[in-house]
Amino acid sequence: MPEAMLETKKLHRFFGGLHAVNDVSITVSQGTIKGVIGPNGAGKTTLFNLIAGTVTPHDGDVIFRGKKITALKPHAVASRGIARTFQTTKLFAHMTVLENVMVGRHSRTKCGFISGMLNLPRTWHEDKQIKAKSLEILKDLGLSEHAFEKASNLPFGRQRLVEFARALAMEPQLLLLDEPAAGLNIYETKELARLIKWIRDRGVTCLVVEHDMSLVMAICDEIVVLDQGRKIAEGPPRAVQRNPEVIRIYLGDNDA
Amino acid sequence: MTQFRRYIPVIAVAIAVIILQVVLSKTGSTYYMTQITMSAFYALVVIGLCLLMGYAGQVSLGHAGFFAIGGYTAAVLTTFNLTAYSNTPVVSLCRSLGLLVQRQDIYGTDILAFSAWPAFAAAILLAIIIAFLIGLPVIRLKGHYMAMATLGFGLIIYRIVLGGRIFGQADGVSNVPPFRIIDGLEVNGRAAFRIESYYIAWFVVLAAMVLAINLVHSRVGRALRSIHENEEAAHSLGVNTYRYKLLVFILSAVFAAIGGVLLTHYNGSIGPSEVTVMKSVRYLVIVAVGGMANLWGALFMGVLLNFLSLRGVFGSYDDAVFAVILIAIMLFAPQGLLRMLNIRKISSLLPRRSNA
Amino acid sequence: MNLPQIVQYCFAGITVGSIYAIVAIGFNIIYNATGIINFAQGEFLILGAMLAITLNHFVALPIAIALSVVITTIVGGLIEIVFIRRARNASVLSLIVITIGISILMREAMLHIWDEKVRSLAYFTGTGVSSITILGAHISPQVLWVLGVSAVIVIGLTPFFRYTLTGRAMRACADDRMAARLCGINDKWMVTLSFMISAAIGALAGCVISPVTQTQYDMGAPLAIKGFTVAIVGGLGNSMAAVVAGLMLGLVEAFTMSQFDVAYKEAVSIVILLLILVLRPSGLFGKREIAAMRSL
Repeated sequence: MPEAMLETKKLHRFFGGLHAVNDVSITVSQGTIKGVIGPNGAGKTTLFNLIAGTVTPHDGDVIFRGKKITALKPHAVASRGIARTFQTTKLFAHMTVLENVMVGRHSRTKCGFISGMLNLPRTWHEDKQIKAKSLEILKDLGLSEHAFEKASNLPFGRQRLVEFARALAMEPQLLLLDEPAAGLNIYETKELARLIKWIRDRGVTCLVVEHDMSLVMAICDEIVVLDQGRKIAEGPPRAVQRNPEVIRIYLGDNDA
Repeated sequence: MTQFRRYIPVIAVAIAVIILQVVLSKTGSTYYMTQITMSAFYALVVIGLCLLMGYAGQVSLGHAGFFAIGGYTAAVLTTFNLTAYSNTPVVSLCRSLGLLVQRQDIYGTDILAFSAWPAFAAAILLAIIIAFLIGLPVIRLKGHYMAMATLGFGLIIYRIVLGGRIFGQADGVSNVPPFRIIDGLEVNGRAAFRIESYYIAWFVVLAAMVLAINLVHSRVGRALRSIHENEEAAHSLGVNTYRYKLLVFILSAVFAAIGGVLLTHYNGSIGPSEVTVMKSVRYLVIVAVGGMANLWGALFMGVLLNFLSLRGVFGSYDDAVFAVILIAIMLFAPQGLLRMLNIRKISSLLPRRSNA
Repeated sequence: MNLPQIVQYCFAGITVGSIYAIVAIGFNIIYNATGIINFAQGEFLILGAMLAITLNHFVALPIAIALSVVITTIVGGLIEIVFIRRARNASVLSLIVITIGISILMREAMLHIWDEKVRSLAYFTGTGVSSITILGAHISPQVLWVLGVSAVIVIGLTPFFRYTLTGRAMRACADDRMAARLCGINDKWMVTLSFMISAAIGALAGCVISPVTQTQYDMGAPLAIKGFTVAIVGGLGNSMAAVVAGLMLGLVEAFTMSQFDVAYKEAVSIVILLLILVLRPSGLFGKREIAAMRSL
């Protein structure tokens, strides 16, 4: 039984009068791809934000690899090994693709202000490593030709890919993907599925929020269904698909 | 190594500085050097502010305050006569540590005061502490709230130096001795030391540029730029945005304070006019015109505009000129004048923002 | 202090405090319509006063004031059209910096058109030495004018924004620009109008306070800063709170001056500004969870 990479225990979060996340407890096993689905407003992105630290829970805990990370700030969560992508691409528009990915190496490197300003030999060494590792990731994702282009010049699908590369540069144990297929066509979505599986095969556990059911069914080992802040179902895709509650909230339509 | 490309402009400017000095000396116009030297000291503030505004993306409308902290601390410590207290333990301790110097002021009275280096160290330390204390709460604020808070900071410093007796109130502090760096080398406004001070000033400026360029090209520099581009994404990648913004704030304060110390020793005095809102706005204008994230642009514009202003070229319309430039830049070329003109050949040598 | 002294300081406090409140309301009107903080707000007061003083040499006082308000209003509208409208795609911060530039330009223009001499407008009623006795304190009748005009402005604006079509249109723009435009509201003109209204009340306030505080070309910026402090303390955009905050600041300043050195009076407002920004940027009466306030 693979150990739990991530656990949320009875998470609650309010926004004014809205109970955005209501008593949500999920478990993500190591080395798996878990999907989070549900109608709009179900609390999926809020759940992500609670895990990633952008938003603090009003009650409950988030446990990562056995340690509590509840209410840690986003940069601290990131340095523990959790990477995330966003619904709308948040690339560093005026920086090159390579530089974007190099920032991803930040949590794995150390040289600070003083060594930076004095340009000490150890920064040369570290920077060389950062560059090499970043170029490697770009090659793995087929982005090498764009390395020195300004990130904002790339077509949308490629920009998404750069965001992936940047997140992978963190060498995370857990990757949170917020609607990665949004805005992609059928061909690109198929490539995405292949990519996520490839990431999983490299040992990165993935938690994916998605609306695109074909993608979810194709890649997820397990699915969690949220509706209006509550967890409705959790389990293997086929089982969830047959769950009457799930069918009800989707009105029996499993094509998003 | 390709990374030494970034230092080419440094060498180019150094050569230009030398050539300029030789030309001015040969044509007997060394008096221009005074304004150029002063402009160079002001440029230190601009370099720090460029890092803060252009790279970390934070606004400061009160940076003249840090200039003043540097200048006034150095001024007061080097002019305050401790003779009356020479028997107290603190003063004796300072004396034995070699921090004090006995000299005569222009009226011939004996003065016991701090020598320039300890005063410099104290000024920088004070700047760091105050920048830390101010930065802690202020960095958290967004956009125009931070602008207002820094404006308020500048105003408080202005009120303090204007009201405090030890700061000379409206007259400021004068009779500040020159800065003796080592024997034979000093920052001194008098004609005999013009060339010496000129070279010291440019040495300090170029050293600051080297540090700034290194920082921008380093891991920290990338992190700063990422904060400016998209703070949320940077945060999620493990960049401690708050800490970095605070550190850059402190760094820019130190640069400004150094500028203040050196200019005060050069001029032999400092007054409240160095801390006005208008002064802070000027620094901002210069950074904006030079191109928010363009260190060389900021330096060039800083020296140019300050030189013209000091020579009185703008006459009584001095403030108005800066205001017009500010508005024009904000409306038409928010990325800075030099970028808009797109001087291709030169700009390919200059370290641009997108250099890995 | 005895009662007459207390009354004296109280009146001094609420007099100057109500002017701060008017400046703050000017800030709020523009902020509500555009999200910008207009640094040039203080200059409207000075411009209004200077114009009135000059015009008073040619026409009677009431006409001079009326003309000055009209001219300042037009200037306010022109500023919006020439500078602010053009900067459509600039960030809010750039716009604020632009207004700083505008305030400097206005100040320099006033310096060159008039000069650096201190002037003051004629007293509305009576002279510099006439006084009314209230509770043993000697108050200039101008003080009552200040309070009266301020009250009229505040009381007049409320029904304007609440009941008139234009006022409601402006509020709609502040709330949701796009939606307002879809309703057929000309949002561009609403922005211009907000500048014009702020300029008008600024000019009026400048005229009424001029006999009391005198007018000098560079008094705009300190006024703007205090007005901004008041606006923030009350909560940006909340004009009712601005009135309360303004009176409070005025009183604090007055009593500070009674106990300490005059120099500290200026420091009071700055310290309050810094404290509020750091501790409670949403203001004493503002909503706490205004997410735009804090950075990460």
